Amino acid sequence: MTGFSATLTDSATMLRRNFRHTLRNPLALFNAVIMPIVLMFLMVHILGGAFSVGVDYADYATPGLIMTTICYGISPTAIAVNSDMTTGFINRLRVMHVSRAAVLNAHVIGTMLRSLVAIALIVGVSFLMGFRPSASFLHWLGAIGIVVLTVLAIGWLTIAFGLAAKSPASAGLIGVPLMLLPFLSSAFVPAEKMGAGARQFAEYQPFTSIIEALRGFLTGAPSASSAVTAIAWCAGTMLVGYVWARASFTKRG
Amino acid sequence: MSGRPAIVIPMNGTAIAATGLRKAYKDKIVLDGVDLRVQAGTIFALLGPNGAGKTTTVNVLTTLLRPDAGQVLVAGHDVTTQTRAVRAAIGVTGQFASVDDLLTGEENLLMMADLLHLPKAEGRRITRRLLGRFDLAEAAGKPASSYSGGMRRKLDLAMTLVGGPQIIFLDEPTTGLDPRSRRTMWEIIRELVADGTTIFLTTQYLEEADQLADRIAVLDRGRLVAEGTAAQLKRRVPGGHVRLRFADRRALDTAARVLAGSATDEEELTLRVPGDGGVRSLRALLDRLDSHAVEAEELSVHTPDLDDVFLALTGHTDKEIKA
Repeated sequence: MTGFSATLTDSATMLRRNFRHTLRNPLALFNAVIMPIVLMFLMVHILGGAFSVGVDYADYATPGLIMTTICYGISPTAIAVNSDMTTGFINRLRVMHVSRAAVLNAHVIGTMLRSLVAIALIVGVSFLMGFRPSASFLHWLGAIGIVVLTVLAIGWLTIAFGLAAKSPASAGLIGVPLMLLPFLSSAFVPAEKMGAGARQFAEYQPFTSIIEALRGFLTGAPSASSAVTAIAWCAGTMLVGYVWARASFTKRG
Repeated sequence: MSGRPAIVIPMNGTAIAATGLRKAYKDKIVLDGVDLRVQAGTIFALLGPNGAGKTTTVNVLTTLLRPDAGQVLVAGHDVTTQTRAVRAAIGVTGQFASVDDLLTGEENLLMMADLLHLPKAEGRRITRRLLGRFDLAEAAGKPASSYSGGMRRKLDLAMTLVGGPQIIFLDEPTTGLDPRSRRTMWEIIRELVADGTTIFLTTQYLEEADQLADRIAVLDRGRLVAEGTAAQLKRRVPGGHVRLRFADRRALDTAARVLAGSATDEEELTLRVPGDGGVRSLRALLDRLDSHAVEAEELSVHTPDLDDVFLALTGHTDKEIKA
């Protein structure tokens, strides 16, 4: 078997394993879905009526809720990667000459599938709460593209963090800043309505441009500048996460 | 063990040969010039307390860690330049049972077969046989998280055996196991070596090395302080004796007079007689007491164990280092 096809076979084997993990630990998926749904009720149904954002609040908040869904669902990835590292499972695989690409790819793809299922559920609920996107087919593709890129970026960063962390408990901590960051962006209120300091932070942090890009696609009025900034942020984060993850994988043990 | 063809080991029956192994983390020296030679088809025990460098040695020998200096041949291949060939010949069971808790025992083994790219049917056949051999058939469909410590270790070892490795590294295979599980693990290890496999194990239990190993190397603070068979190591330590306890002071004094070279403990009413504790010398000893009409209340034989060896070789006991 050549190196490439061996990596493909091994990736499939590892992905099958991660898939079983998700099925047998449904709490991970449940956590990713339940908090954003609660948040949606809170923001759209209870608080949203008081916000004046210029458009229907369900339409305004849904892109941000999609982002929080990714962030709430990411901790299990960090914990799983770290357990593999700290229990010696990765060492076992290294001695079996399983490529690190196979191990890491499987975690990225598994995270992607879990996030997409959670996001599909969230979008379904937002429809029930009055979300009425005016996106064309191409706009939807653009929105999906932004979502996929974001999951890849956050996924690689999380995997790197999970590999480098000392214990599964500390690996899970990556979820905390990720859960908070969307609130300090234009996810729920426009940045220009925030106080000084918070406004500047919100304007320049990655979630704002990612959410603006997503919102642009979903409302059928894509913003080229937001999309370019969002793609740049995602690509940069992904690269940092990928390089860091590869280095940690080789170094530890 | 499996359907894989056995790998013929050159090097005149030497499975593992290491010379001048050195490894340091920053300024902390972990391995300070270790030389090892393990004959194929034997059990070799690396004995030492926590922090002696045992796991680091295993990690170097199994390609997981590059040594700073020294040469290592495993199954005839260099661990730093022929990583792939070394990995094809070895199996490693780490210090912690690295089984997948959310998968069943059977799924864990099938996953190993898939990662070794074995044909499906062969993977299933090997899995079935290993589950049977390690008494795990009944629990095969249950998640590994429900297994006892002993079962997890067995599954862990079974996973290592799927590829039919020629040389197996076991890093503290019985640490944390109850005495019964430990004995089961010992039996399994003995069976493996009977199949022609070479075993390199690390342990901090002197009894374990004594029970299993053909040869023992004692590692202390990154250096080998002794190497040989259990008997050779014990011979380096004086201290074999027979202890006799008497009913009263008069009997003790008489016995002390007739048995040359003995040492009395008047408070305990005991007598310490140097000797190897063999049946013949014991009979002679008792005959001599008999002929002087002295009767001992109690008799016990003390052979030097590896604990004595460790103390004699390193100048400190295991416990002192741990403290």
